[in-house]
Amino acid sequence: MEKLQLVAMIQAYTGIGIGLMVGLGALGACVGVGIMCSRFLEGAARQPEMIPALQAKVFLLLGLIDASFIIGLGIGMFFAFANPLLGALGG
Amino acid sequence: MAAEQEALTPGSYIGHHLAFFEKPVGQGGFWTLNLDSLLVSVLLGVVGIGFIWWVVRGATSGVPNKRQAFVELACEFVDKQAKDIFHGDRSFIAPAALTVFVWVLLMNAMDFLPVDMMGWITHRFAPHGFRIVPTADVNTTFALALSVWLLMIYFSIAVKGAGGWIHELFCAPFGSNPLLWPANLLFNLVEYISKPLSHALRLFGNMYAGEIIFLLLWMMAGAGLAGTVFAVPLALAWAIFHILIVVLQAYIFMMLTIVYISMAHESH
Repeated sequence: MEKLQLVAMIQAYTGIGIGLMVGLGALGACVGVGIMCSRFLEGAARQPEMIPALQAKVFLLLGLIDASFIIGLGIGMFFAFANPLLGALGG
Repeated sequence: MAAEQEALTPGSYIGHHLAFFEKPVGQGGFWTLNLDSLLVSVLLGVVGIGFIWWVVRGATSGVPNKRQAFVELACEFVDKQAKDIFHGDRSFIAPAALTVFVWVLLMNAMDFLPVDMMGWITHRFAPHGFRIVPTADVNTTFALALSVWLLMIYFSIAVKGAGGWIHELFCAPFGSNPLLWPANLLFNLVEYISKPLSHALRLFGNMYAGEIIFLLLWMMAGAGLAGTVFAVPLALAWAIFHILIVVLQAYIFMMLTIVYISMAHESH
């Protein structure tokens, strides 16, 4: 019974941690992508002939900005399915 | 699926699909080979680069056929990216970038194959699990990123000399006053550690998270009629988005390879 309580506590806090990791990461990534795309639209409106060149850079930057968020998502998924913190309990 | 050997719970389904085809060569997790990543990545490398080599071997300078035109398009695309970033002799960087791009693209594209259908084939020799996407294995992405890191260090020393490189480690970017040496070293160490780390983990995170989301969607689809009705459009949307991610991540990996190696050629 004691062990079940401990497992439940570890799972609960891990769940909260995963939620924070994914939520805050998504917040940062979306705000960053929004700012970058707004600048792209501004530049595209001023100079339509630059659109192809800028578009390639936009996709590149999209991947770079998403990087930390996706890394956080990967770590979150790792904790969700193979929680190493449970290993200390042997369960 | 191994439904007759174990009860099919959500956890066991996902756990089964996240299990590697392992071969221990020593004690502990570090000395365990992930044979699935090794086999699939080597196979895809041979197929991809071999295809390009085979087409180039039979290339003609007259009117090209479609295969040759395709390979020429790919080579010109990568060469243009390298030329835009690196203004020196790109006889090493451009082929390295092409290799990285083709190989990572093929490895990422293994994510398009449905895992349960691949299981029909792989269950014969790997009943506990077989991961078909090598870049969803952190070992593969770190191998690629560490190779680029070693190239970075090699070119830094080759261009600036060992003494020049050490000087740059201690004196750039803040200045050569001895009081600033610890700050410079710290700055450069952080840069040298964060580059391969982010290079590897970006690709790994995208592929691993993509696979997990697919598995979760299939789990939802297996949970009754309501689950299937909601999961199929979501899975379709995610699959289409994932096509973009696969190509984009290969492109980003290639661009960062070019950028890191060209930055190693610069001196401050």
